[in-house]
Order: sequence, then structure tokens, then C-alpha cells
Amino acid sequence: MRIALELNGAQTSMDIEPQEFLLDVLRDDLSLTGAKRSCDTQVCGSCTVLVDGAPVSACSYLAAETDERVVTTIEGFRDTPAFEPIAAAFTRQAALQCGFCTPGMVLTIHALLEDGELTDEASIRRGLAGNLCRCTGYRAILDAVSEVVAARMAR
Amino acid sequence: MARSDAAEKLRGDARYVGDMVVPRMLHGKVLRSPYAHARIVSIDRSAADAMPGVVAILTGADLLDIDPYFGHAIKDRPIVAIDVVRFAGEPVAAVAATDEATAEAAARAIVVEYDELPIVGTIEEALAPGATLVHDQPLRPGAFHGLGTLAERDGNICYRYTIDRGDVDAVFAAADIVVEDDYVFPGVYQYAMETHSVVAQVDSDGITIWATCQHPFLVRAEIAALFDVPLGRVRVIVPYLGGGFGSKSYTKMEPITVALARKAGRPVRIVNRVDESMVTTRRHNMTARVRTAATSDGCLLARDVKAWFDTGAYADNGPRVTATGGDAAPGPYRWSAIRVDAACVYTNTAPSGSYRAFGASHLQWAGELQVDEVARRAGIDSIEIRRRNLLRPGELVRPGGKPLDADLVGDLEKVAEALGWSGEKDPDTGRGVSVGLLAAGAHPVSSAVVRMEADGGAVVLVGSTEVGQGQRTAFAQIAGEVLAMPAERITCQGTDTRFTPYDRSTGASRSTTLAGLAVQRAADAIRVDLLDIAATVWPGDPGAIELRDGAAWHGDESRTYPELIAKRFGLSGGQLIGEGGVHPEGTGSYAEGPVFWEVCIGAAEVHVDRETGQVIVHRTATVADVGRAINPQLVERQDEGATMQGIGNAMFEEMVYVDGQLLNDNLLEYRIPTIEDLPMHSSCVIVENEDGPGPFGAKGCGEGALAGIIGAIATAVADAGVPMTELPFTPERVWRRIQELKEEPS
Repeated sequence: MRIALELNGAQTSMDIEPQEFLLDVLRDDLSLTGAKRSCDTQVCGSCTVLVDGAPVSACSYLAAETDERVVTTIEGFRDTPAFEPIAAAFTRQAALQCGFCTPGMVLTIHALLEDGELTDEASIRRGLAGNLCRCTGYRAILDAVSEVVAARMAR
Repeated sequence: MARSDAAEKLRGDARYVGDMVVPRMLHGKVLRSPYAHARIVSIDRSAADAMPGVVAILTGADLLDIDPYFGHAIKDRPIVAIDVVRFAGEPVAAVAATDEATAEAAARAIVVEYDELPIVGTIEEALAPGATLVHDQPLRPGAFHGLGTLAERDGNICYRYTIDRGDVDAVFAAADIVVEDDYVFPGVYQYAMETHSVVAQVDSDGITIWATCQHPFLVRAEIAALFDVPLGRVRVIVPYLGGGFGSKSYTKMEPITVALARKAGRPVRIVNRVDESMVTTRRHNMTARVRTAATSDGCLLARDVKAWFDTGAYADNGPRVTATGGDAAPGPYRWSAIRVDAACVYTNTAPSGSYRAFGASHLQWAGELQVDEVARRAGIDSIEIRRRNLLRPGELVRPGGKPLDADLVGDLEKVAEALGWSGEKDPDTGRGVSVGLLAAGAHPVSSAVVRMEADGGAVVLVGSTEVGQGQRTAFAQIAGEVLAMPAERITCQGTDTRFTPYDRSTGASRSTTLAGLAVQRAADAIRVDLLDIAATVWPGDPGAIELRDGAAWHGDESRTYPELIAKRFGLSGGQLIGEGGVHPEGTGSYAEGPVFWEVCIGAAEVHVDRETGQVIVHRTATVADVGRAINPQLVERQDEGATMQGIGNAMFEEMVYVDGQLLNDNLLEYRIPTIEDLPMHSSCVIVENEDGPGPFGAKGCGEGALAGIIGAIATAVADAGVPMTELPFTPERVWRRIQELKEEPS
């Protein structure tokens, strides 16, 4: 089947199989490898991309569902102004180690910030529970996101 | 200094093995056994062979031209099953096809007829008289076990580690206080988020693999031996790794990928699913009987430990895990007698290997529970009993080997203070500490090359792996400090065994200590070179020249490094090359070891809900006793990550096996910690006593906190009145224990 979508700011159309998952299309057909495959069961969040601004697990999301919609991967988000404060806080706090979960984590944080869902520590813990990180132990991630939230509130 | 790889990783530019594509590459899928123990009667691959897109199918029959068994400790593991399968999930065949879906469909189309055999699914079954043998051939030692002479296999026991010092039985017989109990540690999955992945290419140049490996040079050696190729023609390239924690130590999916690529005549990429990686390696489950003898006033006298480590169907790193567990079993106390008998046992389950703080994680909590029980009976505090009995710097930890190189009493006081040890608490709140030691550093062989380029920047070449710990940043800082230049101008990339010099392994908290020392020495060779060139600028007074801010200075005069290099080479090209190495020096041999003792210390405060059995970890504290923190922020991240893994190990992580079948082989049913499990308060204290063997007095970190935190949670739950002897502390298990305690006469 043929789908037409806005991918990272560009109108894109392509032929896909109806049963194909978005993660396979992104990684194998489009060489967008920033989204990572890990659990394959919507638990870990390392494959997170945004569809119409909402975070989805691309490992379990049908590519066909993106027809006529807006898809943003880390490769698109990283060149937008909203990337900078998140990246700066993560760098300052060393809130990443192996980096495998990081692109998905960053996209989830951005989506939640846009929706105004991150306001305090409890909301950050709740909001990021679907993005696993095995390396950092989360303390630095919590601190980095708290910084971003505080900066936005001070604006 | 900020991590040098932060931007790359945040922007999604960092490349991992699963992101690699090489020309003409095929996709590989593995067919795995559904049975835990069975004879392979026949393999019918005709339907798979006929599928369009299938290029090659590998089975045991394709390996008749080589000795297809590998294993760095014991050569017991075939590349794919030959005649018999020994665990559910063992590779039986592999398919290479033009795309992943075709490879998977073809693997499913292979028909294997099995004849089921009796299984030994548990340690108890494996040790029972007349038990089925998982292996019936004589034991063949691997090339890298480092454990002296391996004894013959004894039934299903493939390795035994013992310590016997003093008259243990006499001390127990005369002791005022004797504490004894049985302990159970579950199988645990490391869950590096990136699964085991390999791209292999076999051609007339030799064998090239891109692999998720922590020990590229040991993998190179095993691949060279398996396929009879010279070392120099096996090239192992390691890009970024998506975590390791030991799961990617030694050889895993590399041989099967190489064998499939060899058969296909084209490069092949295999990327495991999580369920496949869960049966590729795991942490040993263990049972142990631990006894402690003490005087009535809390003087520790003797410890007696019997432990059995379940290494699954193949030894992997089981012998070393067993030996390290044996070393950790007594705990860091001044004993007058110790007896340890630790056995590594084959069963028909997935092979067990390394996982962060192995050995210490298994046994420290058990020993520490007993120290607290002695304290309770002697009427003294948990801190006081440890203060009285802990080894002091310079005392021997075990017969032979390195004396203690850390201030444990100082660390204990710091961790207790960081937790808030003496604050008020209610009866459902428990506080615990735990202290242990881990034999760290593995084998001390590392080398490094530092090249200074004509523009004054530098490149560090080193063979240890960036698994996420931040070694590339740390190495740049070490070289920068020696060369008196900004670390930001120094680049360190991944391993390519064709170009990067030898490093033994990445694990055992050794990279900063040993590879870091090699980097320091390599950088120092360049420093000497720069001073030599500078001495030709200002002849006659070499002692007055110093390196500062990327230049050589003589009074107020200076020459930048690019100017010095241009002076050496006459033109603006050229390169200074420095080499540095570490090898077993003097009397501190590997057998005597360890390179250093890593401190495993943690403290925890928990709340126990007596109605539901739920335990909540409110506070944790750790001490990173690192000698010198090359990068304090990275040190903290190591301890924070280890703390969280300790919480997972202690509270809910458990691989559930029934009759040789892993029941929870996915992240829905095997739960790892999320950000919601982060304690409300956690802290890491860095201690810098400059007492390590690494650069500037540094020693490794990152593992100890895991064992420390498991032990601290165990002692904290006991402090709340619920002494637990089986991990993890799930609500059901804790609730059952609470009911048992109600029935027991106190």
C-alpha cells in the first residue's frame, strides 16, 4: 500500500506492506536509526517517535497508521529549537551513558513538555515511566528534566 | 568535563551494531531448541531451502571441517547444537536471507525431530545421586580461564573454588554465637537495552566482525582458533555499545554469525530479540549455606560457606564467577578461620555468565545478614560490630593476594552519615548497611597508543570498550592531564583490533585503572618527546622547560605543540606516537591478584507494609571509593546506575524457570526498574584517598554499589523485623515470611 505523510518536516510518500511496523520502515527503508529496537513490547520506550506530536512505540505501531499524519524522529527533532534546552540539560547532568534509550527519552520529554504534563518531580516520574534506562539509575535524568521544567516555568 | 559523546548520543548519531549496514549484507535468524535437553534425530531444511530469498542455512553438519567448540573457561559450547541440545533456546540452525522477515520465516520452516532426554533443571537435580549429566565428555579447558589448572569435571560440577584456613570446626564448636541459614539468589537478566548483535564478513582478507562485545581481543582469539585464521586476519570492530553490564563479555553470538557468513559467502547481520538475548547469557542463580561464629561480645571468629552456582548448560564465565563468589563469601572481616567451598554446576538452563559485581552480589547480602544477627545477639549496633571487625588497610583479605587497599571503616562511617543512620524511625522502617569486597581488575594486561597530530590535537587508541561508562571521556582527560592540554582536543574512538592495541577485557571495573594507566604512560611518552624537541629550541637548560596550556614554556618564551612538531618534521605534517602498556609486574601476579579490591558498600532505608508484604526503598547511599575521581560526575553515574540495578536485583528481578523452560522471557513479565522505582533520596559519596594502582592513584568503580545495595536492602528489611533468605523480596515472599514469623516462637 502507498502512504503519504509528513516525515521530519518533509512531505514523503512510500510503498509499504500493510503489516509493517513503523520502526522497521524507519530503520530499514529510510535509514533513520535514531529510534532503537529493544523490548519489542511497548515497555522500554527506546523506539519512541512522535506521531502528530504524541509519543508512540514504533516497534508496535503500524506504519500504515501514519498515513496523512506527521511523524517526527530524533533526526527531525534535533534541528528544532526545542531540542536545545533538553540536550543542554542532559549534557550538563550527564544524564546518559550508553545512549541507547536517549533519543526515545528526549522525544517523550519534548511531547510531555508541550502538553504541559511535566510540572513537578511526581509528574516527571509518572511521565517517564515508559522509557527505561538501564545505565544511569534515573537520578540524573530526573535532575535534567527538572532543570528544563524549571527553566520553562521561569519564562 | 562533559561527556565527549553526549551530542552524538542525544542527536541519535551514535551508531550501534544493529545500525550497521555493509555492502551485500544478508540478515540472519537463529532457530532455537524448544526443549531443555534432547537428542536431535533429524533436521529437514528442504522447505526453508526452497524459499525465495534464502541464501544459506547453517546446521551442525556444516562444521565438520573445524573443531566447533568454544568457551574461554571451558571449551564446552558448540557454535550450533551438534547431535544434542542442552537448554531451551540453544541454537540448532541459522538462516541467512535477503531480509529479516524471510530469514525468520525460513527458520520456522526448518523441521527438527527431537528425542527428549531427562533434564536437570535445578541445582538440586543436578547434584542428586545418579543425576543426568549435562555433559558427558572430559572437560576441555579454554584458553582464558586464568584459574590455574582446572580439575576434571565431577558429575555436573565443572569447577570448584575452595578456601580453607584455620580450624573452622574447632572455632565453631567453642563459639558463643553461631548463626546459620540457607540463602537463595535468583537467576537475573542483565538487560543491556541493546541486544547481542553481530555483523560478520568472511572473505580472502580474513574475518571481519562488528560486534557488541566488551572483550574484543578475547573474541578475536576465539574466532581465530575456531576458524583457524591468524590473529592478525581477524578484525573485531566495536562501535558504541548499548550497555553491557557483563552480558557482552567474552564470546556470545559472534561464532554463529561468522559460521553463517562463511556458509553464505556474503556478510550477515544477526540482531537478537530480547527473548533470545535472555537465553544467551544471564546471572547465575545460587544457593548457599552460610555459617558465622562469634563471641558473645560480637567479635567475629569464623565463617563457613558452601555455595552452588548454576552456570546453565555451558560454563561461559561460571568458573570465574564461582571463584570471585568464593573470594567475596567471607566478607571483609578479621576471621581466625574461614572455609569456603563454592561449586559451579551445569544444569539444562540458559548459560550463565558475568553480570556486574558477580560473586559479591550473590553472597555479600547473606554474610551481612549474619553479621547483623550476631550484632543483635551481642547487643551492639550494626555500625559498631563492623567498626570492630572490619579489616584495616594493609591486612590480608585472603591467604595470598593483595592486602586491603581501602579504608573500609572510613567508608562505612560516610555511608551511614549519608543515609541519615541515627535519625528517628517508626517500627515499620528498617535501616541497613552492607560492606564487602570484590576482587577487581581481571588480568592486568592493557596497552594504548596516543598520537599527537600536527595541529596539536591528539588521538587515543585503546582496545577497551565504551559500554556507556564514559571511558572515552576519561581517557581523554587522563591524556590531557599528562600532556597539559584540554581534553576536548583529544579524541578517543572505538576498538578495531586491526589498529587499536591489545586490551584484555572491559569489565571488573578495570578500564580506568588499567587501560587508563596505559593511556597515561602512552601520553607520557609523547610528553617526553615534546620536551626533547623543546630542548633543541632552548639548548643547555632542559630542566627549565615545562609543558603548559598546549605549549612548551621556557621563562616567558613558548612554542606551541604544532610548532614543536613542525620543528621535528621540518614541514607541517608528521605525528608523535607514544606507546604505553601494563602487564603483570613484580610479584603481583594474576594468580595472586587482584589488581585492587573494589569496595562494595551501600546503605538503605526501607518501609515494610506488614499487611501486603510490600517493601519500598525510601533512601539509599553508596560510597565510591575510587582513589582519585578522574571525572566525578561519571563516578556518580556509575554508582547511581549500580544502585538502581541493585534495587532491581533485590526487589523484583527474577528469571522464572520451570522444568528447564524460562517462563518470563520478555520485558512485560521480567520487570526492570523504571524511574518510578527511584528512591526519593539517594546519594553517592566519592572518597579519594589516592590509594589505587591506576592513573593518579585511581581505582575502578561501578560494580561495588550493586552488591552493596542488595546487601543494604536485605539488612534493612531484616531491621524492620523481616529477615529474608531468598531474593528478590517480592510482596508475596515478604508477606509469607511475615506469616511464618508470626507462627515461630521468638
